[in-house]
Amino acid sequence: MSIRERLSGNEASAIAMKQINPDVVAAFPITPSTEIPQYFSTFVSNGKVDTEFIAVESEHSAMSACIGAEAAGARAMTATSSNGLAFMWEMIYIASSCRLPIVMPLVNRTLSGPLNIHNDHSDAMGIRDAGWIMLFSENNQEAYDNLIMAHRIAEHKDVCLPLAVCQDGFITSHSIENIELIEDDKAKEFIGKYHPEHYLLNAKEPIAVGPMDLQAYHFEHKYQQANAMRNAKKVILEVAKDFEKLTGRKYGLFEEYKLEDAEIAIVCMNSTAGTTKDVVDSLREKGIKAGLLKLRVFRPFPAEEIAKALQNVKAVAVLDKADSLNACGGPLFTDVTSGMYVNNLNVPTVNYIYGLGGRDTTAKDILGVYNDLQEIVKTGNIDNPYRYFGLKRGEK
Amino acid sequence: MDNMIEIRWHGRGGQGAKTASLLLADAAFNTGKYIQGFPEYGPERMGAPITAYNRISSSPIRLHSNIYEPDYVVVVDDSLLEAVPVTDGLKETGAIVINTTKDADELKPLLKGYKGKVYTIDARKVSEEALGKYFPNTPMLAAIIKVSEIMTEQEFLDDMKDSFKHKFAKKPEVIEGNMKALELALKEVHLINL
Repeated sequence: MSIRERLSGNEASAIAMKQINPDVVAAFPITPSTEIPQYFSTFVSNGKVDTEFIAVESEHSAMSACIGAEAAGARAMTATSSNGLAFMWEMIYIASSCRLPIVMPLVNRTLSGPLNIHNDHSDAMGIRDAGWIMLFSENNQEAYDNLIMAHRIAEHKDVCLPLAVCQDGFITSHSIENIELIEDDKAKEFIGKYHPEHYLLNAKEPIAVGPMDLQAYHFEHKYQQANAMRNAKKVILEVAKDFEKLTGRKYGLFEEYKLEDAEIAIVCMNSTAGTTKDVVDSLREKGIKAGLLKLRVFRPFPAEEIAKALQNVKAVAVLDKADSLNACGGPLFTDVTSGMYVNNLNVPTVNYIYGLGGRDTTAKDILGVYNDLQEIVKTGNIDNPYRYFGLKRGEK
Repeated sequence: MDNMIEIRWHGRGGQGAKTASLLLADAAFNTGKYIQGFPEYGPERMGAPITAYNRISSSPIRLHSNIYEPDYVVVVDDSLLEAVPVTDGLKETGAIVINTTKDADELKPLLKGYKGKVYTIDARKVSEEALGKYFPNTPMLAAIIKVSEIMTEQEFLDDMKDSFKHKFAKKPEVIEGNMKALELALKEVHLINL
């Protein structure tokens, strides 16, 4: 029997970490992820876990300590947000290139500046090309479930890559909601023990981790990283299958919500997907064939699978909670449309930048997007694909 | 979702509106409901206006936005009536519950023509009588339970007793006073005619 509870997204993440019981947690507090190491440190002092908790003086050091611990052969975790992640950035690449399966809850908050503590995905987008697996979570349940699955994915011998579990800062991290927890013994059994193939503290196999790697093999090592990311897709699905056997909760690379016969579709990530599901239901009641593609696995990016899932729709809106400031669309939009193009799918697709710096996203906003899509289907006219919603532009 | 109840709390930093919204979420959770309890975070400081929210439903809640058309509004500090548009979007089929000693004539101009039900309670009197101190959130929690009928008074009191035992495990002497505040508040919340 699973345990019926009510927890915030941060509490749920800390409980997942308690069940993971990593060897090392090194963290530095930053809003809105602060509570995760805070709650976890109480588990440490109360003897609920046997983790070595390192209270470092910065996020750069937090990631460095995780790298050192993982290289030594330990299971290491940290948690961060926003500028904390930005401060880790140098070490983020070291972690993935050393093929260290560090797992990190990333509670999404906008990246300064202007200075703001609220949610968007600009922090996460900073590491989209860093060789980290990135999972996004609609609510506390998915943040918890993704963390329970994380080590099985990251530590798989065909993968060996670090992994970040994203959720929306404040919106889910600080909202108390219902959740079903897995019993400790079953969670621990599912997660399993870490048996690294190569590690520094193995006296029988002396190795170097992170040495200079010049023209002779740097390229090949980057190729191996890229292949590991390609391999991750299959592993993520295998782990999800086992997880479904344990919990009954089904996970894929993305969730298709009433997408099968949809004529208009939204693609988005994290908490906005929940709000969108409510809007899809209200439109369906009126006979409007609306659907949703909620992306869970942003890295590796399931380009081919997304193109296939969208092949029968007549218009698509991709919602980006981060702007690339590149005059040609947000990061999710460029990935989705590039995936569609390469897979020979030509469906009218528009981009909406929304919710930056915590601008609230309402059901009314989402309804507006579906209305726009209906208009595109009717007229065949896109006009400007680079759109915004929830933005004040001088009008009253 | 037709069966969903949405509640918006208005308080001032330090009065415990956020805590009250979380306790309400807890109590509703314990009666088997799906719940959300979340504050709107801002530059919090003592005395600054704060907002907190609850959604309570018999089916899973997927909506993740603030609440703009609440069924109920709880005003923990009546000085907010002039500072914050507390009745904005409030459904006329719902109600507003205000901690105040003001009468109908004084309240009427402050509620901007709100046509739904208006309840008042003197949470200061209740709190000072039961606890000897001014903690408005406990009485306001009882008041909204009574007005919204989310659960029966007995279910609520039984549940709160359990949760106070847990919350105040290290200072059991305050449990009785808090329970008294809840019981008094259930009696002291009154419907007024504007």
